[in-house]
Amino acid sequence: MNRIDFLSTWRNRLNLSGRTFVIAIPYLWLLLLFLLPFLIVFKLSFAETRLAIPPYTELVEYAQDGHLRIILFLRNYLFLTEDPLYWKAYLSSVKIATIATSMALLVAYPVAYGMAKAPKRYQSTLVMLVILPFWTSFLIRVYAWIGILKTEGFLNHFLLWLGVINEPLHILHTHVAVYIGMVYSYLPFMLLPLYANLEKMDVSLLEAAADLGCTPMQAFWKITVPLSMPGVIAGCLLMFIPAVGEFVIPSLLGGSETLMIGKTLWTEFFNNRDWPLASAAAVVLLLILVAPIMWFQRTQAKGAV
Amino acid sequence: MLKAVLLLLSLTLISCANPPDEKLVNVYNWSDYIDREILKQFTAETGIKVVYDVYDSNDVLETKLLAGHSNYDVVVPTADFLSRQIQAGVYQKLDKAKLGNLGNMWQAISKRTAAYDPDNAYSINYMWGTVGIGYNVKKLQQRLPNAPLNSWKLFFDPKILARFADCGVQVLDSANDIIPAALNYLGENPDSKNSAVIAKAEAVLMAIRPFVQKFHSSEYIDALANGDICLAVGYSGDILQARNRAIEAGKGVEINYLVPDEGAMIWADQMAIPADAPHSDNAHRFINYMMRPEIIATVSNYVSYANGNKASQTFLNPAVINNPAIYPAETVMARLYTISPYSMRVQRVLTRIWTRVVTGQ
Repeated sequence: MNRIDFLSTWRNRLNLSGRTFVIAIPYLWLLLLFLLPFLIVFKLSFAETRLAIPPYTELVEYAQDGHLRIILFLRNYLFLTEDPLYWKAYLSSVKIATIATSMALLVAYPVAYGMAKAPKRYQSTLVMLVILPFWTSFLIRVYAWIGILKTEGFLNHFLLWLGVINEPLHILHTHVAVYIGMVYSYLPFMLLPLYANLEKMDVSLLEAAADLGCTPMQAFWKITVPLSMPGVIAGCLLMFIPAVGEFVIPSLLGGSETLMIGKTLWTEFFNNRDWPLASAAAVVLLLILVAPIMWFQRTQAKGAV
Repeated sequence: MLKAVLLLLSLTLISCANPPDEKLVNVYNWSDYIDREILKQFTAETGIKVVYDVYDSNDVLETKLLAGHSNYDVVVPTADFLSRQIQAGVYQKLDKAKLGNLGNMWQAISKRTAAYDPDNAYSINYMWGTVGIGYNVKKLQQRLPNAPLNSWKLFFDPKILARFADCGVQVLDSANDIIPAALNYLGENPDSKNSAVIAKAEAVLMAIRPFVQKFHSSEYIDALANGDICLAVGYSGDILQARNRAIEAGKGVEINYLVPDEGAMIWADQMAIPADAPHSDNAHRFINYMMRPEIIATVSNYVSYANGNKASQTFLNPAVINNPAIYPAETVMARLYTISPYSMRVQRVLTRIWTRVVTGQ
């Protein structure tokens, strides 16, 4: 190896380390605020619950005789499969999140489409309007929905006044209220990726389709929809993943029969005071959610090629 | 990130600024549960500064205490939580020599709190109350003029409760409060630890479930006060608070609280000192101060809850001491029951039944 080669390798290495440093910040963030808490939860899920400070057993025990004992308590995971409650809660959460995500897609797509087709000078204002609700606390906005949806609330007063209904509608404390709350709260997460995608679309493709005899409707289904799929998938995942574990919206707007895994976790943690079992349920939830993310990563990778 | 760092820094500064020998007591109590004037008076008398912090659920308090190093000197858990926390080694025994005002306490309450804390070795009663029925007087009368206003039938009889379903019924989301009430209604021992007996409550609760709009532990306060619902099973203090709010709003909503003749569960919030309290001496002085008749009476007059201090009763407003919803009559007092702590296994049975009832599956 000659001198110049050696230097350039060094520079490459330095370059690499400079880049590594920049990348290290978000990685450090993930490490500290995601991986570390997850590992703690993961560790907890193999502990056994007990009445003490802290309320669980330690996994690693250093005995006087020099033995290092690691005790993994697998019963928590087995228990999750034995009691149908947990599977019902997972399934019901996935169902509610799926329905809410589909509804949000139906609402968001036309809006995003309209935003992307709007004159350029209005677009930044429109994006601003989508983001604006974030300036108010999420909790307060969900609370506001209680005022709108309740039996003596704004919506019922308005509809009664219009004469559309004779009896007030019971919406609050039902699944419908949960769907409304979720679609409302997560709409920007669906809208923004869709808009970003539609806005970048090459209009000449639509012109070409028209030249080749497509009606605008056909062109929409054959060109716009397939091209916007990455935006659709990104929006759906951004909404679906937090919606599955959602706790606030179902507990404020939902009825008693709204069974979701977030609430089940809460019950395990606070009512049964079983931190290890709650941790095991949380680990399983994460595994369930990792599958769609992996799938998304793969489709993204394919799209990039 | 910057915020988090600043927060961490300020937390370290706070903990550095409070060496154990400082004239300070860190009190952690329920929200809206004291007349702050008495804290000022305590500081004026003793020179001990009160750092007063609040929580709104036993769960939050317990999580902090079980995690350890909470830094609090006086906390006020409800008795059933307290009893489990004592077993977990959270508290230190009170030094009764430092509590000269112990003689003021009320035997009728002390003997009940002893079910949770034998000999009251770790705790002193702050306030107590019952779990009963709150209702909207006019709406109830419209729907059922001869409603049994002295009995749990009002809630546990599905034929009666069905009449109120259209105007809304809410229930505490708490297995440990409602399942014993159902057992008591059935004539079983409300404090039973036998799974087969506890299971009997499920059928009673399933029968009334269709008429319950929501199981929630605090929403019923506003809902009752606004006239949104007809009936709620909840804590006496919360329902009286709803009644007062309804009166203040002046919209003609009239709320009443009822302790049924069959008896009701008594709850008690107890002052206790964590084992690792940094200012244990000051905590004892604070608790002793709170046992002075005129001081605890000030709190009762302010929050409209009964206290466990017999000597304080001469200092209570007539509206408080003469209100049977706050201080029940002797005969009802005799039928108030307590629930001893559940083992983890039995607790899981209760919670599981409750989840089935609440979700209807």
